[in-house]
Amino acid sequence: MKYVSEYRDRESALEYAELINQLVTCEWNIMEVCGGQTHSIVKYGIDQLLPASVTLIHGPGCPVCVTPVEFIDQAAAIAGIENVIFCSFGDMLRVPGSTTDLLGVKAAGGDVRMVYSPVDAVQIAVGNPDREVVFFAVGFETTAPVTAAAVLQAEHLGLENFSMLVSHVLVPPAIEAVLSSEECAVQGFLAAGHVCAIMGYKEYEPIAAKYGVPIVVTGFEPLDIFEGIYMCLKQLEQGRADVENQYLRVVSREGNQVSVELIKSVFKVTDRKWRGIGKISDSGLMLKEKYSRFDAGKKFKVSTHEVEEPEICISGEVLRGNKKPGECAAFGKECTPEHPLGAPMVSSEGACAAYYRYRYVRKDDE
Amino acid sequence: MCLGVPGRIEEISGNEDPVFVTGKVNFGGVLREVCLAGIKNPKAGDWVIVHAGFALNKLNEEEASEVFEYLRKISEYGHDELGEEVKTD
Repeated sequence: MKYVSEYRDRESALEYAELINQLVTCEWNIMEVCGGQTHSIVKYGIDQLLPASVTLIHGPGCPVCVTPVEFIDQAAAIAGIENVIFCSFGDMLRVPGSTTDLLGVKAAGGDVRMVYSPVDAVQIAVGNPDREVVFFAVGFETTAPVTAAAVLQAEHLGLENFSMLVSHVLVPPAIEAVLSSEECAVQGFLAAGHVCAIMGYKEYEPIAAKYGVPIVVTGFEPLDIFEGIYMCLKQLEQGRADVENQYLRVVSREGNQVSVELIKSVFKVTDRKWRGIGKISDSGLMLKEKYSRFDAGKKFKVSTHEVEEPEICISGEVLRGNKKPGECAAFGKECTPEHPLGAPMVSSEGACAAYYRYRYVRKDDE
Repeated sequence: MCLGVPGRIEEISGNEDPVFVTGKVNFGGVLREVCLAGIKNPKAGDWVIVHAGFALNKLNEEEASEVFEYLRKISEYGHDELGEEVKTD
């Protein structure tokens, strides 16, 4: 077993698709929360193998996409300060701020570096004691433990020149925000497998009960997603609303307590604004007072101001699952992955970028 | 963003401070040093899911074929035969 290619088996996928076709008796809307799942669904054409009565709504689960413009502006301002080495995951570099992105700062002479892991940024700080190293901490519960580990490493090493701009967000409050919206059409959820690898899925049980929606913790390979969709549809057809776990090889109900403790020791819950959605209570993480010396927002006073999104961009509607990317007038015209107007076109896991890459047909090609 | 890649731990680089424990992890022949601060009692030979240079969790090898077993069950017995069986771990 390699635990990857087996789950891309075409025959099993077609068999699942056929069983789903047999199972469904009416129209259902299911939201996959995670951008990684959106990417797999569009890439492998999973939605196109489903019956027309089943609609997959792409959720807000791309942390790159939902990071507020104000944070991007703050990051760009800090990255432009002399003596700063600004470290970030690669997909944050092209996210448009109000005037520039991090790659623009780099082109203008800023020392902006792409890192694979926050702990790599700690090592850069160790190797550059005369420079200030700042890490841009974005991500869901999946990424928060390694960010927490980086803070603890910096503390244990006594680093004075390491800090981070924290924009971590949490999935359950976002699901509740979607469900409590008046225009919500979502009847069932595929929960994000790797978020649940850390957190488990106990916290989804009250949500499933309160809103009467089935939630199925689902993995990322095509067969995982087919099985997750089958399990969710089966619950809907039977009138059940339970939390079930498709991703048994990685997720347990309790989650990974060691990693949860890492998060709890370094971060506390805070309100957070989501790009395209607005403020959601208790939906983010910030550094605890004990670790506030690692807070780049406090260390570097830079001024930013509230920013309006471009009027033509419907990224908020896309992120809430109300519209598909192709319904946007700017899609594939003013807005492309090379020149994104809104965040879902930037990250490869954003719904707009996934549609552009795998579905976009230029008018003159038709 | 939440991409996780399965790999097998080849060796552990011990450190007295658990937040610095790392391991050499084999991803289909590619080796990379991975932070194991989030894994309880990691051992060489364990499969882990790695995200941003950090092992999220051990991979439960006994459950690895479940997606195929479930498919076989519903193919053989039909949708209703699963009855009220609620699939949790």
